[in-house]
Amino acid sequence: MILEQLPLLQQLTLVLAAIVLFVSFVLLEQARLVAAIHVFAWQGALTATVTAIVAANSDLKHLFFSAALTLIMKALLIPWMLHRLVYRLELDRHRESLRHPALAVMAALALVIFSYWAVAPLVKQELLFTRNIVAVSLAVVLIGLWMMVIRAQAVAQVLGFMSMENGLFLAAVTATGGMPLVVELGVAFDVLVAMILFGVFFFQIRESIDTLDVDRMNRLTEKADES
Amino acid sequence: MTDALSWAGLAVGLALASAAISLLSARLPRVLRLVATPMFGMAGLAALTAGLLALLNGNVTTAELPLGLPWLPWRVRFDALSGFFFCVVGIVSFAVGVYAPGYVRGLERGDNSLPALGGFSGLFLTGMLLVLLADDAFMFMVAWELMSLSSYFLVPWRHDHAANRRAAFLYLLMAHIGALAILLGFGVLASFGHGFAFDAMRGADLPFAWASIAFVLAFFGFGMKAGLVPLHAWLPEAHPVAPSHISALMSGVMLKVAVYGFIRVLFDLIGDFHWQWGVAVLAVGSVSALMGVLYALMQHDLKRLLAYHSVENIGIIFIGLGLAILFLASGHKVIGAVAFVAALYHTINHAVFKSLLFLGAGAVLHSANERDLEKMGGLLRRMPWTGLFFLVGCISISALPPFNGFVSEWLTFQAALQAWQLDSGVLRSIVPIAAAMLALTGALAAACFVKVYGVAFLGQARSRQVRHTRRAPISMRVGQGILALLCLLLGILPTAVIGLLNSVPEQLLEQGLQQATANSWLWLTPVSARTASYGAPLVAVTLLIVLVLGLWVFGRGIRRVRRCNTWDCGFAPPSAAMQYTASAFSQPIRRVFGLLFHIRESVEVQDDGRPSHSLQVDDRAWRIFYVPLERLVESAARQVVRLQSGSIRTYLGWTLGTLLILLWVTA
Amino acid sequence: MKMDAWLLALLQALLYLALAPLLAGWVGKCKARLQNRRGAPLWQPYRDLYKLFAKEARMAHTASQLFRAAPYIVFAATWLATAGIPLLSTDLPTAAMADIIVIAGLLALARFFLALAGMDTGTAFGGMGASREMFVSALAEPAMLVAVFTLTMTAHSTNLAAVVDFHLASTNLLRPSYLFALGGLLLVAIAETGRIPVDNPSTHLELTMIHEAMILEYSGRHLALMEWAAQLKLMLYGVLLVNVFFPWGLARDTGIGALSLALATVAAKLLMLGAALAVVETVLAKMRLFRAPAFLNLGLLLALLGLFSHVILEVGA
Repeated sequence: MILEQLPLLQQLTLVLAAIVLFVSFVLLEQARLVAAIHVFAWQGALTATVTAIVAANSDLKHLFFSAALTLIMKALLIPWMLHRLVYRLELDRHRESLRHPALAVMAALALVIFSYWAVAPLVKQELLFTRNIVAVSLAVVLIGLWMMVIRAQAVAQVLGFMSMENGLFLAAVTATGGMPLVVELGVAFDVLVAMILFGVFFFQIRESIDTLDVDRMNRLTEKADES
Repeated sequence: MTDALSWAGLAVGLALASAAISLLSARLPRVLRLVATPMFGMAGLAALTAGLLALLNGNVTTAELPLGLPWLPWRVRFDALSGFFFCVVGIVSFAVGVYAPGYVRGLERGDNSLPALGGFSGLFLTGMLLVLLADDAFMFMVAWELMSLSSYFLVPWRHDHAANRRAAFLYLLMAHIGALAILLGFGVLASFGHGFAFDAMRGADLPFAWASIAFVLAFFGFGMKAGLVPLHAWLPEAHPVAPSHISALMSGVMLKVAVYGFIRVLFDLIGDFHWQWGVAVLAVGSVSALMGVLYALMQHDLKRLLAYHSVENIGIIFIGLGLAILFLASGHKVIGAVAFVAALYHTINHAVFKSLLFLGAGAVLHSANERDLEKMGGLLRRMPWTGLFFLVGCISISALPPFNGFVSEWLTFQAALQAWQLDSGVLRSIVPIAAAMLALTGALAAACFVKVYGVAFLGQARSRQVRHTRRAPISMRVGQGILALLCLLLGILPTAVIGLLNSVPEQLLEQGLQQATANSWLWLTPVSARTASYGAPLVAVTLLIVLVLGLWVFGRGIRRVRRCNTWDCGFAPPSAAMQYTASAFSQPIRRVFGLLFHIRESVEVQDDGRPSHSLQVDDRAWRIFYVPLERLVESAARQVVRLQSGSIRTYLGWTLGTLLILLWVTA
Repeated sequence: MKMDAWLLALLQALLYLALAPLLAGWVGKCKARLQNRRGAPLWQPYRDLYKLFAKEARMAHTASQLFRAAPYIVFAATWLATAGIPLLSTDLPTAAMADIIVIAGLLALARFFLALAGMDTGTAFGGMGASREMFVSALAEPAMLVAVFTLTMTAHSTNLAAVVDFHLASTNLLRPSYLFALGGLLLVAIAETGRIPVDNPSTHLELTMIHEAMILEYSGRHLALMEWAAQLKLMLYGVLLVNVFFPWGLARDTGIGALSLALATVAAKLLMLGAALAVVETVLAKMRLFRAPAFLNLGLLLALLGLFSHVILEVGA
């Protein structure tokens, strides 16, 4: 795969995939919840754009529909719901700062190198382009999971989970030309239902223990039974 | 007498003579100053000549000495690598030999033993020269021990302070642990080579696992002596307490002999390279460089700060060596040679500018009797020549053009920037990260030396003692001046230096750097003219021209600069106490990198309303590595104590048991 | 012909010297317009320099000879660093001197003496400026090097003229690594030239100063040289960004027509960059000092992502 020989649309795909990776780093470090939701919306929009470009570049016309679905769900609907949730939970002024943001970012960079090393064994010439984007998508997935590990706020964890799903979607679109439409719709509606349930549960949790910090939700241990 | 080996022998002889004369001069203190130290300097000069001859001739001379064991005589070998390190030792020893008479004069009135100082210095130099000449493991270890033990006696020379004795003990302990590791490494090589001579080890063919074990042992042993993190704990304790010219020798030369040992064992005796070793050396080197400079920034004792900078620069040398191993392991011989030459260049650069800085610190200590930066200030006006030479040292160690530090860092970066030629994508990502750490290190080193020079030599004096400093004696100034001139020359004429160095990679790696000097003596082109070129003489000359031009055009009123008061913002006139202190200067960096240290800082208001600030910065390596290790050793020792029951019959019982086992095994 | 080329190189160096105050004046004019003022005329910096050269230079009682020598060294090092960067053509004999690491080294030399001059007066402000300047530059250095690395790994050279030649020769390409490297270098440039949001070049409050605090005690011709050196540094970074990342219009030979076209395009690009800088300075506020590490870490992150995109996405194999 030589960069100069790729058609313009494929080069654009590379650029957009790299920007998605950068956006996941920004999401990792973003302290304010409202800004984090906006960043997540941008990540969804970029993923939708990549899907549209792949659709334009190939024969798979159903990908246009996937792109539209992703745009509506990931870039508009879910951020709007999270936005409303955050305002109703009065968390819009809440700033959650990581204790050592530099260490978190260094670990995320190490995850990027690791993802590249993990997919490196695929050496067939025709697959090089997809392999590279799969490396980036795997990195986005791992960074999403890492975000769920280091952030204590429940809404931030939801964003990490959604970001993982974005990464998987990106990998699927570029590697295999999208998933079958039925699977696609099923996953989309599952995510929507999950979001609604998150909303309901967050209210319940906050009512009972007056906080949404997941580190406080650790009473389900042996020691807790004795107290 | 154009034979390099004879000059080498002359150097060793002169060093031994200097030791002998000092030891015999107990009643005549002036003999040390007038005879022994010049002889030390001449030994250095002879070593430099020997080294230059070996580099220019480019051939290898060997000999056998009638010393040693009957079936294992000492074998001596003088090739280009030994020649290069002879130059390093020679230059610094010569400068110290010129500097020492002035320095020792101030010590004559004390009650510490001068014969010991001169005697052990001579033995120290002898030990180092013999290590560089050794061609078999036995002679190497004997010379290594001579070097370690004589420096052990030099470190606590002012032995009335308990802290000095403790520092020396730590130094001795770690030197011997390192020596044990080196001995074990030689053991592995000797068992495969069937002999202790280096020639036998060169011919040995080791499987990958055993070669890695030998590599790890050698890296551990030589790394401990060189001062790599986390084996560096002895360096900041031992180097500051020694007399300043000895600190210069230890920092400038002895650490390089450890680097020589590592190069000899890995590049010559083991001979083959693997990328895993390269990554390990690169990682340890980068961490040492960064941690060394960060710890140095936190110090305000001048000599301790310089000792931590030695850790940093040894890290940079090992970064170069790690890159060389990586490139040679993947078959890129030319770039491997470039990285290797970068490491060698940094070796000689560090020897020159670190000795210069330690000699300067010694001059300040001699004249102002002060080591604490927080009490110094304004020394440039009291000691103009020392100040000028120290400035040259500061600029060189901060890797700024046109002095020598810049050339070796430029070469290291050029080698790292060729990482695109490596096959593995992961390596292509890791090498730039190491280069970024090197860049951060360089910038932090510049920050540290702005702090040192600004607080010590500029501004106003912060204590009465410093305000009345006298100038340093002439011999001390000349010694420093020689090294400062060398810093400039090594920086302006890199093509000449690399041309001289060329026989070292040619002999060790079978790849010279012809293309580096191919584009006329003006341009240094390590890989090719299109890739990168540095015209050091041009930069220096153009800077000079622009400076002169600027002075002529703009400085016409050159006498018309009137003095006035400084801006005080409308408050009280600025006093010396209002200046930035060393701790204040490094506070932003301390705050950002605080995780890596163990910092205890507090500001309290005392009963009379005056605030007091206390700051203590400790080395985390102590708590992570050394204290648990010490506890482990102590508990193991306590277990062994149980064997010592005191009763004779138990001891006889042990003897009987051992005898029975031995008879059974050999029967 | 050879004499011609050398004359052209000298002309390029003098052009840098002559145009640097104009760039600073243009940025100031744009800022004033954005703040709804008329602002000083474009050539006000020239008048300021002329006025300062005519005035008497003074020295503090506590300063040493280094204080007098530092402005000349700072000016010489900064001018030498700037003079080699391809402004109009890549075919000049001084092009071999434009090695990126040498340029960074010369700028570091200038910064070293600037910080020492700050500490020489023995005041608290000078020490504060020196400490902050070395702190910010130490954090900016790795970001700049990694961005340079990305360029080098693509163009296989650290020589700026060779890099620009490579860019001019390659067909239109979208490189994600360049996008990130440009972002990283923009942040580094803002930090190194001391503009908002890292440092405010027109502040009068000593406790908010970084660069100004170091030159607080300078007057007359010394101050003129220091100010000119700061303007040269801004020009250096501006030309570096526009000519390396957007090299279209640069001449590859020394013909008169190509050079005139190059002059026009470089002027247009610098005008746009100056206006963008003015917008950034107006929209953002100066950060407190301990937010600067976060800013520079973002630059380092962008540079590292540029490097990784190059290794993973562009080279591929």
